[in-house]
Amino acid sequence: MPRRHLLLAAAVVALLALLPLSGSTYLLYLFTQVLIFVLFATSLNLLIGYAGLVSFGHAAFFAIGGYGCAILLRSYGVPLLLAMPAALVMTAVFATLIGALCVRLTSYYFSMLTLAFGQLVWAVVFKWRSMTGGDDGFLRIVSPSWIDTPASFFLFTLVLVTLAMVALWIVAHSPLGRTLMAIRENQVRAGFLGVHTRRVQLVAFIIAGTFAGLAGALFALFNRSIFPDSAWWLQSAEVLIMVVLGGMNSFFGPAVGALTLILLGRLTLELTAFWPALLAIILIATLFFFPSGIAGLLKARGRR
Amino acid sequence: MMYATIQFLNGLSYGLSLFLVAAGLSIIFGVLRVLNFAHGTFYMLGGYVAYEAVSRLGLANGGFWVAVAVSGLVLAALAAVIERLMLRKLYERDEIYQLLFTFALVLLISDVIRGLWGTQVLSISFPPELRGAQDVGLAFYPRYRLFLCLVGGAVAIGIWFVFQRTRWGRIIRAATQDREILGALGVNVPRVYLVVFSAGAALAGIGGALAAPALALKPGMDAEIIVECFIVVIIGGLGSLWGAFIGALLIGQLRSIGLYFVPEWEIVLVYLLMVAVLVFRPWGLLGKREGA
Repeated sequence: MPRRHLLLAAAVVALLALLPLSGSTYLLYLFTQVLIFVLFATSLNLLIGYAGLVSFGHAAFFAIGGYGCAILLRSYGVPLLLAMPAALVMTAVFATLIGALCVRLTSYYFSMLTLAFGQLVWAVVFKWRSMTGGDDGFLRIVSPSWIDTPASFFLFTLVLVTLAMVALWIVAHSPLGRTLMAIRENQVRAGFLGVHTRRVQLVAFIIAGTFAGLAGALFALFNRSIFPDSAWWLQSAEVLIMVVLGGMNSFFGPAVGALTLILLGRLTLELTAFWPALLAIILIATLFFFPSGIAGLLKARGRR
Repeated sequence: MMYATIQFLNGLSYGLSLFLVAAGLSIIFGVLRVLNFAHGTFYMLGGYVAYEAVSRLGLANGGFWVAVAVSGLVLAALAAVIERLMLRKLYERDEIYQLLFTFALVLLISDVIRGLWGTQVLSISFPPELRGAQDVGLAFYPRYRLFLCLVGGAVAIGIWFVFQRTRWGRIIRAATQDREILGALGVNVPRVYLVVFSAGAALAGIGGALAAPALALKPGMDAEIIVECFIVVIIGGLGSLWGAFIGALLIGQLRSIGLYFVPEWEIVLVYLLMVAVLVFRPWGLLGKREGA
């Protein structure tokens, strides 16, 4: 089964690589956005699906990666090929600090603390006007010339997201991924088996945060601007709903969720004013009627 | 000295009104084992319902007090419906589903509030009986805030009385220990859950209504208050009511000290306290060590 999924994923990537031939700027922008959120949602699912830890502040790392990359690029004139890795290192450092505090106790504490630290990051971004531009946003981010057309930026995103997804797939199917699931199922027993449960969860938290940071850096470059909203809890909620809608028990589920939610957003432009309510209804419907998400529905169909 | 007195009272009134909300959160968690993310949104809705009631009834002739009561009733009824029709179906499921459900409520209710009352900042005037300042010996202090201190204190004592001295309190304490045994003893456990969830929500609604004259009603206030409540219960210890009391008072004082020394960044002090608690006493000041 997983092998078939990988083949399918490879075919999707190959098809996407042909997208610039369509010459449609609209499609290129749309799928650049989809790819960025595929990565963001999949990174969150490492925590939710594999570790059973619901983070309500994942957007914090998205924002740290985005602001980090953008500030290095514009305020300090660091070239992109240095600024991006540096932003990821910065995100990893923050993820280590925050994660070390969040994984100390039960999963309830984890959820409360991730929300609290997420809002702290938002507050710092919002108030540190001289560095981040505050609520006016951080604008006029200029990408180097080799990625400043819609097609070249799309391909750049496609390459980075594909590499990141491969890395996440390896992590999820490595002993680390299995250990996370063991801890999720029975923390005490995993501890008795000699697993240092907190350390394993922390490593997962850092990996998830860093990949969210990569998604954030791409997002800032894509929009040529970044706003404090990207760290606000609503952003965390949106990506969380992508994960749940797509299916948290499947590796590619969140990717399907990201695609579905973004397409839905585009198709219901007249409902944008009620977007949070719509998200809430989607989430409630998923929880009650198809708790394994779209991936779960597809799987049940395949089995029949 | 005068300034210090005012700062102290500011912190006290803020802390005590925070306790109203955090207490409900803590009791609901203790009994239902559900971490209610929507608690801050219940608080916010309480404020808006009071605003609506006041703008229809007027403030004079006790209109404000009717509005506070209406807020409590509306929230109790809403929470009862939510518990009975939806939340109840999720108790058997993994805790992730309960968390996500209450989180969906946050999105839904805050968006409904935005739809009904818009995004501009709203406020309620002080009720006529409590306008002006009172001489408290060292300083003059706004009457309304003194009143908030009294209410917070009275609610704390009231909760203590209900918990320690009444039959309902005993049942609730028993439910936090072992719900199966409680059911076997003939107590209608689902009804206990319904009443506790509804009462906790009413407390949050009343808290929001009472706080409305002292602060502004605006979108996003629910996120602010729920984060502070979480910090309160983390500092005090999840599930410990008196921990929540102490946590709320500490945060109140810390905020008012912070407003003086590091204005704009006072919230950072609160986080620092939380981090210190997590590092040195992760289960909270009055919490019990749980599990591994």
